[in-house]
Amino acid sequence: MTDLTTTDRPDQTAPHEAADPDRPVHPLSAGHEHRPDEPRFDGRRGRWVGASVPRREDPRLLTGRGRFVDDIALPGMLHAGFVRATVAHAHVTDVDLSATREVPGVVAAFDGADLALGDIVAILDRPPEEFTPTAMPVLAKGKVRFVGEPIALVVASDPYAVEDGIEAARVSYDVLDAVVSSASALAPGAAVVHEEAPDNVLLDVSMFDTPGVDEAFAEAAGDDAERSSTRRGCVVEVTTRSGRQNALPLETRGAVASWDARDDQLLVQTCTQVPHQVRTVLARSLGIPERTVRVTVPDMGGGFGQKCVVGREEIAVAAAARRLDRPVKWIEDRREALTAGFLAREQEYRTRAAFDADGHITALDVDVVCDMGAYSCYPFTAGIEPLMASAEMPSVYRVPAYRVRGRAITSTKAPTAPYRGVSRPQYVMAIERVMEKAARALGMDPVEVRRRNVITAFPYTGINGVTYDPGTYRESLDLAEATIREEGWFEARERGDRHLGIGFCCFSERTGYGSEAFAKRKMTVVPGFDISEIRMDTTGSVVVTSGTMNHGQSHETTFAQIVADRLGLDPEQVKLRQGDTERISYGWGTFASRSVTIGGSAVALASERLGELLCRIAAHLLETRPENVALDGDGGVVQLDDPSRTRSGAEPDPSPKRLSFADIADVAHLRAHLLPKDVDPTLTATASFDVPGDGTFSNATHAAVVEADPGTGQVRILRYVCVEDCGVVIHPQVVDGQCRGGIAQGIAGALFEEVTYDDQGEPSAASFIDYLVPTATEIPDVSIAHLETPCAFTANGAKGAGEGGTIGAPAAVLNAVNDALRHTGVELDTTPIHPGTVLDALEGTS
Amino acid sequence: MNDPHLLSLTVNGAEHEVVVEPRRTLADVLRHDLRLTGTHVGCEHGVCGACTVLVDGAPTRACLVFAVQAEGADVRTVESLARDGELSDLQRAFGDHHALQCGFCTPGFLMLAEGVLAEQPDASREDIREALSANLCRCTGYQTIVDAVHATACSRRETERSGARPVDWESCS
Repeated sequence: MTDLTTTDRPDQTAPHEAADPDRPVHPLSAGHEHRPDEPRFDGRRGRWVGASVPRREDPRLLTGRGRFVDDIALPGMLHAGFVRATVAHAHVTDVDLSATREVPGVVAAFDGADLALGDIVAILDRPPEEFTPTAMPVLAKGKVRFVGEPIALVVASDPYAVEDGIEAARVSYDVLDAVVSSASALAPGAAVVHEEAPDNVLLDVSMFDTPGVDEAFAEAAGDDAERSSTRRGCVVEVTTRSGRQNALPLETRGAVASWDARDDQLLVQTCTQVPHQVRTVLARSLGIPERTVRVTVPDMGGGFGQKCVVGREEIAVAAAARRLDRPVKWIEDRREALTAGFLAREQEYRTRAAFDADGHITALDVDVVCDMGAYSCYPFTAGIEPLMASAEMPSVYRVPAYRVRGRAITSTKAPTAPYRGVSRPQYVMAIERVMEKAARALGMDPVEVRRRNVITAFPYTGINGVTYDPGTYRESLDLAEATIREEGWFEARERGDRHLGIGFCCFSERTGYGSEAFAKRKMTVVPGFDISEIRMDTTGSVVVTSGTMNHGQSHETTFAQIVADRLGLDPEQVKLRQGDTERISYGWGTFASRSVTIGGSAVALASERLGELLCRIAAHLLETRPENVALDGDGGVVQLDDPSRTRSGAEPDPSPKRLSFADIADVAHLRAHLLPKDVDPTLTATASFDVPGDGTFSNATHAAVVEADPGTGQVRILRYVCVEDCGVVIHPQVVDGQCRGGIAQGIAGALFEEVTYDDQGEPSAASFIDYLVPTATEIPDVSIAHLETPCAFTANGAKGAGEGGTIGAPAAVLNAVNDALRHTGVELDTTPIHPGTVLDALEGTS
Repeated sequence: MNDPHLLSLTVNGAEHEVVVEPRRTLADVLRHDLRLTGTHVGCEHGVCGACTVLVDGAPTRACLVFAVQAEGADVRTVESLARDGELSDLQRAFGDHHALQCGFCTPGFLMLAEGVLAEQPDASREDIREALSANLCRCTGYQTIVDAVHATACSRRETERSGARPVDWESCS
């Protein structure tokens, strides 16, 4: 078991074991094929997977030689910016760009009618009473629905002239009432954001309603006098709310578009997590064949989900570049990013739960309302958040009866994208508050209540119809609690001389949603698979592609580790190429913690196929049977019955029967006449991978110890422990980094960040003065322990690790704050937790 | 107002003359006129610190400085840290501690840390945390950045042990 007190891993930069030429044959044998129903992960561990090797990305990023979108400069390049709505909700009566076009340096200005682009439309295959499709125009068409909505595009010789041009634009509005909260959106007579949805509801689903919900509540409430005479359970109700947040990649969005006449192609270099989806939507919006669009992604300064949907700005910029036949660059500024970028998180859960007298949950009834803002995002739609919450709300607990209603409402605020965690920080917060409240009502320890309800037998198929693969729910809870206990925090709290609180959060996270899982959402565009092609060159070095898209997760390193182990190479001999729609026929990018589970599996399978090909050619060249050779784990193929490999052999063979990859590659490319007749020249292999069934679940327990300051109401986190299980860890340092970074973002949502609006829908947090991003002094050190339950059906045994930190932190912190306030009678159920609220609670006791 | 100015400044030891509008920021001159794109721009209002460079040795927000204000100044950017292809001790420490993920904030943190270590060579881990709170990182949760800078501070102190300058060993514990 991992020691929680030490997180430094100085010795893990070395591989597991030194290279040994006499090492037994690599377990990958030629000719092995997976049956479709065969578990993929066979428990093999290699030299590189599991080692914190130096990151391949670091040298260029540390020396300023990374290449981000705004670092790109093309000859003759122009710059673009957007005239944006200054009111939240209005009919646009006139767009006058005549003065803009006269501004020195301005080359062109286009409104929606000028560019005549197709709308961005994302659809669910659900009946009209459940889902209402709406369109997001690239540039506003007749109506604006949030402050910051793009109305026109200004193109000029430099970014300063662009600003002058934007300032000269005149837009006239017929202002309508703003819709700034889910309550006002649902109120009778509310202004209508989209004519197609007169009730401002884009999705309304009622799911499960399994037998016994009402009976369980009646029994727990003691309505059944006969049965409740002695030992009564309890019904707890809680309304939890989370504020609107910005995923806030430090690199804002941006694009450089240019027309290449020779390739007959529009080249769009943009920071997106989903390059193929951008290409698809861009081609359709411009009405051109998809082959005439190439999307490439340079280094990307974070995304966290904000860049996993297709934005309208990159399409407008591409259209302008095509129209002007000049390269055009757009870089979002921070004000735009804070007000007009894709936002997230504003949700409300009204949760009722019934418990028996022993603390077992007997029923769960939830009403989820998500404020999705002005538009539905592509490809996920506005349904993504309530559908995620509704499907997975029971979380890690054995809930026997369940009913849920999930709604997505539209408002006159910037639209949302699925930010790291996607509803899970919110529904986990709701159910973890339920556990705490039940513990108080029943006079039990809150960890014990969780222990009595948590899933312990796997695979477990829940009331929600989802099958959970094995994890360490109970074990993570036990270890987190034991750590806090052994460190004396419970005793410190009991002393009562400080406002200390301890909070836990136990959760799991479905990672690697495959096509089957996404199809259950009834999306008409169904992500899931990923493909990989691997090529070996004449020197025996390989390039591997993936449809996933690194933006900080270290794919260049971790995917190289996977390939290196499968083929018996050094990771330095493996180069990952991502983010180019020309290099791979289709991919789904990076979101939903899918990269290592799905992309990493595709890469592993492609590597195995290349290994099989190398073995086949080697057997032919060594004039032996294919089953008599194998990869040697050190960049070559050996003949298994080669006498020189026998240690007890009298005389070592002076020419061991081994071919290096370079020997084989030389034949495959430069002396193809020596190849077996049924083998094509060159060394390439492709593979695809899709996670079957309901996917795989990572899990964790977080524990937070906080202190509330009686003078200021500020909450300080004194201790933070994370016990997580993401299956086989490819690179421990990287997984720790994902945990810590995710936890920091979760703490940001719990205590600091909120996108706020006034009554007219004007954003009131348009800079970092008002949008409070935590710094090094607000985010505590985090101790991490890894438990490891290998996933049986991903190629590497890995589960996703990208989002978990963000999911667990809000509930852990909120529970800890409530624990610190336990003597006040005040319970908080809303994030971010404002110091003023805490202060009010503390002063109410004095 | 927009009359161009001839600006002279030294960047990473090389002298440059650039014709700039008075409203042009130092960040834009470094990035777009001199093509030193290692310095990043994250907020354009002086909060995130991604654009931090050293101006006459002091950490400075290049987005908040008009280029003309840097007339005659000695500017150092992230491109100056590695020598002959060898990473500096601070850059190596960032790699060793996984103090960067997407790498966008990294040049700003490196230059901020260089300024802090020069100004407070005896800084404790908590001093360093406090000083680094000037910049924003969205990926790491800061812990490993603090670790990397603290490790560099300690190793530099060790290197100086034989020198005349007294070293505060307490702060390394």
